[in-house]
Amino acid sequence: MDAIKDFVDLLANPQVFFGATFGALILIVWKREAFASNRWGWGLMGFLGVFFLFGLFDENFQLIIGKPDNVPIVALIFLLVFFTWFAIREGVRNDRRIAAGEPPIEKDEEDRVWTWPDLVYTELIALVVCTVIIIVWSIGLEAPLEQPANNANTPNPSKAPWYFLGLQEMLVYFDPWLAGVVLPSLIIVGLMAIPYVDKNPKGNGYYTFTERKAEITIFLFGFVVLWSSLIVLGTFLRGPNWNFFGPFEFWDIHKLEPLTNVQLSESIWVYGFGRALPEHWFIREIFGLALVGFYIGVLPVALAWKGLTKYYEMLGPTRYYVSVLLFLMMLSLPIKMLSRWVFNLKYIVSIPEFFFNI
Amino acid sequence: MADTKTIAPRDPAFVRAWDWLTETQIWTSIFRHTAPINDRNRVLVMLSNVFLHLHPVRLRKSGVRLRYTWCMGGISFFLFLQLTFTGLLLMFYYRPTLEYAYADIVSLREHVPLGIMREMHRWGAHAMVITVWLHMFRVFMTGSYKPPREFNWNIGVIMLVLTLLLSFTGYLLPWDQLAIWAITVGSNMARATPFLGYEGPGAALLALGDVRLIHAAADARFALLGGTIVGEGALLRFYVLHCVALPLVIGFLMAVHFWRVRKDGGISGPL
Ligand code: HEM
Repeated sequence: MDAIKDFVDLLANPQVFFGATFGALILIVWKREAFASNRWGWGLMGFLGVFFLFGLFDENFQLIIGKPDNVPIVALIFLLVFFTWFAIREGVRNDRRIAAGEPPIEKDEEDRVWTWPDLVYTELIALVVCTVIIIVWSIGLEAPLEQPANNANTPNPSKAPWYFLGLQEMLVYFDPWLAGVVLPSLIIVGLMAIPYVDKNPKGNGYYTFTERKAEITIFLFGFVVLWSSLIVLGTFLRGPNWNFFGPFEFWDIHKLEPLTNVQLSESIWVYGFGRALPEHWFIREIFGLALVGFYIGVLPVALAWKGLTKYYEMLGPTRYYVSVLLFLMMLSLPIKMLSRWVFNLKYIVSIPEFFFNI
Repeated sequence: MADTKTIAPRDPAFVRAWDWLTETQIWTSIFRHTAPINDRNRVLVMLSNVFLHLHPVRLRKSGVRLRYTWCMGGISFFLFLQLTFTGLLLMFYYRPTLEYAYADIVSLREHVPLGIMREMHRWGAHAMVITVWLHMFRVFMTGSYKPPREFNWNIGVIMLVLTLLLSFTGYLLPWDQLAIWAITVGSNMARATPFLGYEGPGAALLALGDVRLIHAAADARFALLGGTIVGEGALLRFYVLHCVALPLVIGFLMAVHFWRVRKDGGISGPL
């Protein structure tokens, strides 16, 4: 039993956890025909159910899952897995029909029905079901109330509300000005830009995968892998000092993690050239600045020329640059994560003089 | 020869009572037509009732199917109404001051018989965040943001942000450790806003000679909290935002959102 728990704790570590979610996405997209079967859907749900049931017998697991405010995230995990599976399945079903020369299911349901009674009654039933769920949930689980607010007593860990824990998790890799301000703003801008940069006329008003491969994969990557899985990580797997703890691990305040991160400037000047860091920040950071400049300024142009030419021609310059820039911003998170894990890299550009770290 | 008279069987009492009721002047003044059991009345009921009027008279079959919409937009709206209602009840008990806030929540728990309003409000809020995400997810997966629905998607994104802000501002109100530290962690980010936060890149550039314009008591975080720490000012600000400003804005946007669903051709479907 303990061996299983230790193994799960090991798997839950951020590198493996993130890698596995990403790997799962790739597999799902690639093997979607198989994934769309009922066996997979219910199998996954069953597996999750068994896992949580099994976990409930563990004291540490109970402590973290049982926090009243964490209950919705358990629900979120189930709902998200279910709906991801469901949406892909409906897409695959329609794709099969389209491949066979038939219209999507939604086309067959084009006939109009009366709002009264069809819709109004559906709404009424939904309303009753929701009310019942909320009332039962409210009777069964008391809302949390801790000690009165005290500015002098900082809890460890201090966590933001759960829906922002993905952002808080980003603080491990980025400074607050990026993780807390710039990237969240870009998420909003990016979401708003979607309908204007996506010029693909297909897949409007029905489930499909094949007709919108890139769009759906990117969205699933952003929404499921980055946003949601980091929330789960931040809620369940981060303990005191924002250290990583497996789901069955005791939250030990004294757990030490070696901090051996280096700046890009250090590794180049000190370890690469074997000399002291230059005095002036600009010279010191010149390589990092060049790298960032390349990433934002040169890479999109280079990709338009080779690699993504198809998209450049399809979208035209404005749409192309907006979407590629937003996409690169999104990718900056996994890139930063990887370089932390592989090279112990702390900052690519580090100018504490101006609070400017990337 | 005896007269034969056919006697029509009398309707049961409740049918007669119903007939009588629906013919009174009071009833007919409220309901302008009889029950929606024929097509004409099915149209009329949608047109004459302001709430039902948010709907079209008829809609695509796929639009009423759980398979297509997951009902997530509707559930989000329902949760919003539920939250408005329970929130209103909570306002009867809760005073947003350092002196009373925590104590009011405690007495809500201890002195209100069968009190589950706080629970319903809190769990409803968590649930709404999730349903709004799932709604966005399904709108994406059915490609429903594509023309002509681009604008409505954008209204949606703004409402998504507002939903999170509503939840965030509400999180502070119980004024316990959970509340202030979550808000402290969240609002500390504002300190790092480029140019406008006093620890943000570029803030040092905004200075008149030696006098810095952006400092701890004059930056983005201060504007959010009405102070340098999460204290009295923040509590009042968050209360007003939570109970008045944000619900009003999101309420208006919902009206626009629903209107646009109809004006953009109803629930989406293959062209
Ligand atoms: C505050 C939360 C929201 C509420 C109460 C709400 C409500 C609704 C409702 C009731 C519908 C009708 C169809 C359905 O139920 O799926 C709808 C449709 C739609 N919503 Fe929302 N919504 C919200 C947030 C959002 C968000 C966050 C987005 C996108 C980012 C969005 C984009 C859309 C679009 C594009 C449609 C039209 C879909 C179609 O025609 O198939 N909404 N919304």
